[in-house]
Amino acid sequence: MLHTVNKSPFERNSLDTCLRLAKKGSAILLIEDGVIAAVKGTVQSAKIEGAVGNHAVYVLGPDLKARAFSEDQVISGVKVVDYAGFVDLAEEHGTHNAWL
Amino acid sequence: MKFGILVNEGPFTHQASDTAYQFAKAALEKGHDVPRVFFYYDGVNNANKYSAPQADDRNLVKLWGALAAEKNVDLVVCVAAGMRRGIQNESLAPGFRISGLGQLVEAGMGCDRLMMFGD
Amino acid sequence: MAEFEFETEGVKKTFTFMNRKAPYGTIYALEVLETVLISAAFEQHANIIFVDDGVYQIKAGQDTTAINMKNFSPTYGIIEMEKEDADEDDDIDMVWRIIVEKESLDARGLTEDDFKVSVEVLSAAEIADIVDASDCVISG
Repeated sequence: MLHTVNKSPFERNSLDTCLRLAKKGSAILLIEDGVIAAVKGTVQSAKIEGAVGNHAVYVLGPDLKARAFSEDQVISGVKVVDYAGFVDLAEEHGTHNAWL
Repeated sequence: MKFGILVNEGPFTHQASDTAYQFAKAALEKGHDVPRVFFYYDGVNNANKYSAPQADDRNLVKLWGALAAEKNVDLVVCVAAGMRRGIQNESLAPGFRISGLGQLVEAGMGCDRLMMFGD
Repeated sequence: MAEFEFETEGVKKTFTFMNRKAPYGTIYALEVLETVLISAAFEQHANIIFVDDGVYQIKAGQDTTAINMKNFSPTYGIIEMEKEDADEDDDIDMVWRIIVEKESLDARGLTEDDFKVSVEVLSAAEIADIVDASDCVISG
């Protein structure tokens, strides 16, 4: 299963619920405002730092860039992908589950 | 692989329709099929031909329409959600058609993946 | 306009409807409900799951008179009836489950007695397995 989260962890509980309900080993892709969760050094960073042990975690590069984050600000273990990479993840990981 | 796409938000308030469009475009470029995009909730506003964004902004109504014309993507607007929001045949932009919610279930049944974009 | 015809004859998939939002503040709950009902016409399996504030959608005693909005909570009773019909009628090859996440209930001080329909109360881990095994997830 491919989970996507499009909300900032500062704004809503979508990431928390995703992490609670995502089966170990499933993939998580952070998109839109969800990319904020992938950034190092915030009070929310521990969530994704903890998740990389149980899930393959990805972040959408175009959304990072749009929000003035560089790839070296991304939490270690999180892979940056583009839209083509998003498509590959959807192909590889099965059913899409959008946490809004 | 066949990707069905569900768009649940309009072209401006949320990024959902942009992300869905970029996903659909990338999937088609990789040689996948996107047989149908279903527009539900405020997503029906993506089909509003009277939408007139400023010239320096992207126009998702036209971008979706171009995808339909060039790549044969079936753009379906939910009739019930559209009626609530004043989207009728007269206000429909080129490339879109109005049909029932059953077309979403069919896309889920007939595609390898149903990708959902909303808020 | 490229009207596409899907080959759906004999296709049986499992849809998960993930309800996470409280009713009335936004339209999401209502429009997910409409999709659930349509999927019955195609005899598809369905997990109708309530998590987070979605659990408030099925709370008994909703009265929308004073906000002048349609009280759509009776529709959950129709969903329950569809589920029971499918359970009882051998000719209907459709399994529906109405599920509430225990963690969401506990966090909100609710119990299953607060609901207008009968539900399965399952843990997050149990729900994760069910959702993971489904073919399409529609959330609202």
